[in-house]
Amino acid sequence: MAYLLTLVTFVPLVGAILVLLLPRRQEHVTKLVTLGTTLVTFVISLPVYFRFDPTSADYQFVEQRAWIPSLGVSYHVGVDGISVLLVLLTTFLMPLVLLSSWTSVESRWKEFAITMLLLETGMLGVFVALDLFLFYVFWEAMLIPMYLIIGIWGGPNRVYAAVKFILYTLAGSLLMLVAILFVYFQHGLATNTYTFDLPVLVRFVIPGGLTQDLLFLAFAVAFAIKVPMFPFHTWLPDAHVEAPTAGSVILAGVLLKMGTYGFLRFCLPLFPQASMTWAPWIFALSVIGIIYGAWVSTVQPDIKKLVAYSSVSHLGFVVLGLFTLTPQGMVGGIIQMVNHGLSTGALFLMVGMIYERRHTRLIADFGGLWKVIPAFSVLFLIVCLSSLGLPGLNGFVGEFLILLGTFQVHRLAAVLATSGIIFAAVYLLWMYQRVCFGEVTHEANRRLVDLTPREWAVLLPVLLFIVWIGVYPTTFTTMTEPSVQALITQVQTKAQATSALLMPRP
Amino acid sequence: MSPELVFPAVDLRPILPMLVIALTAGVVLVLDLLPPRERKDHLGFVSALGVVAALVVTYWMTFSTGGGELRGFRGMVVLDAYALFFNIVIGYATGLVLLLSMDYIRREGQESGEFYILVLLAALGMMLMAAAGDLIIVFLGLETMSISLYVLAGFFRTRVEAGEASMKYLLIGAFASGFFLYGIALIFGAAGTTNLDRIANAVAAGAGRDPLLVVGLGLLLVGFGFKISSVPFHMWAPDVYEGAPTSVTAFIATGSKAAAFAALLRVLLTAVRGAPADWPMLLWVVAALTMTVGNVVALAQQNLKRMLAYSSIAHVGYMLVGVVAGGAFGNGSVLFYLLVYTFTTAGAFGAILLLERAGQEAVRLDDFGGLASRHPLLAVALSVFLLSLVGIPPTAGFVGKFYLFGAAVKSGYVWLAVVGVLNSAVAAYYYLRLIVYMYMREPEGAPTVLAPSFSGALALAVALWGVVQLGVAPGPLFDLAQAAVVPLLR
Repeated sequence: MAYLLTLVTFVPLVGAILVLLLPRRQEHVTKLVTLGTTLVTFVISLPVYFRFDPTSADYQFVEQRAWIPSLGVSYHVGVDGISVLLVLLTTFLMPLVLLSSWTSVESRWKEFAITMLLLETGMLGVFVALDLFLFYVFWEAMLIPMYLIIGIWGGPNRVYAAVKFILYTLAGSLLMLVAILFVYFQHGLATNTYTFDLPVLVRFVIPGGLTQDLLFLAFAVAFAIKVPMFPFHTWLPDAHVEAPTAGSVILAGVLLKMGTYGFLRFCLPLFPQASMTWAPWIFALSVIGIIYGAWVSTVQPDIKKLVAYSSVSHLGFVVLGLFTLTPQGMVGGIIQMVNHGLSTGALFLMVGMIYERRHTRLIADFGGLWKVIPAFSVLFLIVCLSSLGLPGLNGFVGEFLILLGTFQVHRLAAVLATSGIIFAAVYLLWMYQRVCFGEVTHEANRRLVDLTPREWAVLLPVLLFIVWIGVYPTTFTTMTEPSVQALITQVQTKAQATSALLMPRP
Repeated sequence: MSPELVFPAVDLRPILPMLVIALTAGVVLVLDLLPPRERKDHLGFVSALGVVAALVVTYWMTFSTGGGELRGFRGMVVLDAYALFFNIVIGYATGLVLLLSMDYIRREGQESGEFYILVLLAALGMMLMAAAGDLIIVFLGLETMSISLYVLAGFFRTRVEAGEASMKYLLIGAFASGFFLYGIALIFGAAGTTNLDRIANAVAAGAGRDPLLVVGLGLLLVGFGFKISSVPFHMWAPDVYEGAPTSVTAFIATGSKAAAFAALLRVLLTAVRGAPADWPMLLWVVAALTMTVGNVVALAQQNLKRMLAYSSIAHVGYMLVGVVAGGAFGNGSVLFYLLVYTFTTAGAFGAILLLERAGQEAVRLDDFGGLASRHPLLAVALSVFLLSLVGIPPTAGFVGKFYLFGAAVKSGYVWLAVVGVLNSAVAAYYYLRLIVYMYMREPEGAPTVLAPSFSGALALAVALWGVVQLGVAPGPLFDLAQAAVVPLLR
């Protein structure tokens, strides 16, 4: 099983090479090979779930071999309770996304397939990498496929959105590169072992104060842009609105999670002291993001833009939960990452389906869809309810845990954040009411076709998990709890050690 | 009684790689006079074979001498690991340029044997600069290289821009040579010798405080500044890059830059290391300015050759970061980056020179609109080179920058590294703009066509191999680069 994660990560790459060799005219074969590759990847990734030992906080399925020995760079991969669900989320969403693009991507399917498969390798690599160099390679390499997906297969304003997306994220991550190098040399000078290995580096106590603050900020800005947190969110609406459905789903479902994952995996354990110092600021930005995102969503005339801004709000909850450093808050944050991937992913999928039929996404162009396409409307309602946190569906679990955790450390933040759930109900239900209820106001909408079998196949798996997590979240929370507990202990002991370094000697 | 003539035992091994190149040039010169006279393809192949032979000799010497050094001609030529590493860089640059040129100069109706001979002679000068143990030899190599390149820059005689490029290059080059020579004279005045090792001894004995030496070093740096086109001595680069034949542009950007860096680093590291002059601080400013000016001005360019000219200025800035950082890591990363940059830039220029539109070279941004749907493979190749120039993993450009900025952080120049990475973000905009044109726009007007060329395709394949291989497995060559500078630091 030592090669399992490597296999999961690189099977899509092999698939991409395979698709590259297929002749362009065989479009149908290309589609099947691509879908097949992602399905195979999903099946291979299942043992990561079933053989995962939920009682252990250690990295599992670890594989480590030297890559650039003179620099201390190694190919080191592994998953723990924090990343395992995200790996599965990625492999789970990919086949669905490709199935949803079956007809909506009209030109250059072959290139589309190659780009999507390369993207999958990049995303999985980010979640399994346990070496800072390796992580950074995947983190940056993955930008290019997403850039191409937005820029080639996107909407009318796609080039602007694509360039904005890549420049924003690149600028942030380049500063993180300098910080990575700084940590590397600090550790090297102090211990005389030069390594980028994350498990080794997190044991190293970086002196507190200005140095650690600056390093924390360099990492935090890179991740905050990716999440995106207010005020770094302005690239997101553009990217989401212009991206094709597949791009939006992956962007919301997986890419944004890299930011929150980065906070968990790197910021907290590497810079515990600074994380605690800056936590109030992060709380403030998260709460602003939650309320601001919700308010801006409310007034959007475009459904896709509404969903895009709702991501700012929902991810505010995630970051809030992670920085509480309480078991409830952090487990809630991790579960909410998965939830957001499922719910918002499904919302984007459904917006894409309706766009494919009507070539518009303006709320004003719809109305009374319940009478014309009832199946679509029912599923759309369930997805909306899951996104706004109705008990019994997945969104409630995550948000409840997060608020529970936040209440223990910062009551005001918890109270303000709770209002975000109410606002979520406002913008989603109001949008739903205008789209699905009432009379059919546009003649063009009378001829709409209800969900096709392919679309059912795309949505049902997502709905299954939406209900599963809502009813019995223990299946998933138990996997993360030991790792979260270990992380909290580690952060607190390290923060104390850092403070001890700062204390004047008696 | 006539005095007995004594022939000193001449050891030719220190100039073996150069000898191979010189012999090849001689052979090509003779072959040029023999039939067939209407086709010149074979001359290109013979030249390329000569370069391959020189590379093989270089590799063989690298692994057989095991880090030892060969000195010849009373210490005027030093063939050590350092020179051999640069021979590899220069060899790849020359080989790629020759392969790219073959069909290209025929297409432009300027095919002649002189072209290949001049390229080989320029390469000879470059190798000489890398192996120079004496300022006079540096100058000799510099002139051999430069004069060949002046002619090559104006090789397309019928074009107005070619004349401008050649003339400008010649005048500014002569100017730089003047500075350089005057610097040598002043250093000779202060140290009493032009041999690098003996200058080092003189500096250690106290000549480092001699204002003559400080001024002389300053003038040398000005001369080198022109050759590597660092700010404020960069003004010639865009015009020359634009007017010269594209393959020659690639040569000026890669080979001549590598050679100038070779001599610059050797002078800084061996001869004047003990001098109290604060050259790292000076270079800090020059590096930051060079990066910033190059990248900011490149943003405004519509002509790709000019854009790549400014981008090459910016890359000199990145490399100077490594020089500032110093030590085995910093200087080793400069060497490594030069190799990376050679593959990347030769590849980028190569992809551009294979394209033409309406009988003209396709060098404007809008010539590349929708290229990906017409020529997908070429578009992919050019994209890889551009991503390597941005520094996106897993290309070589990323690893190169990683080493350079890593060296800066290691030596405590964190803010210079920050300036560097912010510059990379700016640079991403203009490199990606070309990708936008290729992939995200529809073709307009006359189609941009691909000139079929086997040797050109081969060159692109080699460059692509270099970019990917150095990006995925950079370890061995970086270790080689680092080992090459360690003896100089003793």
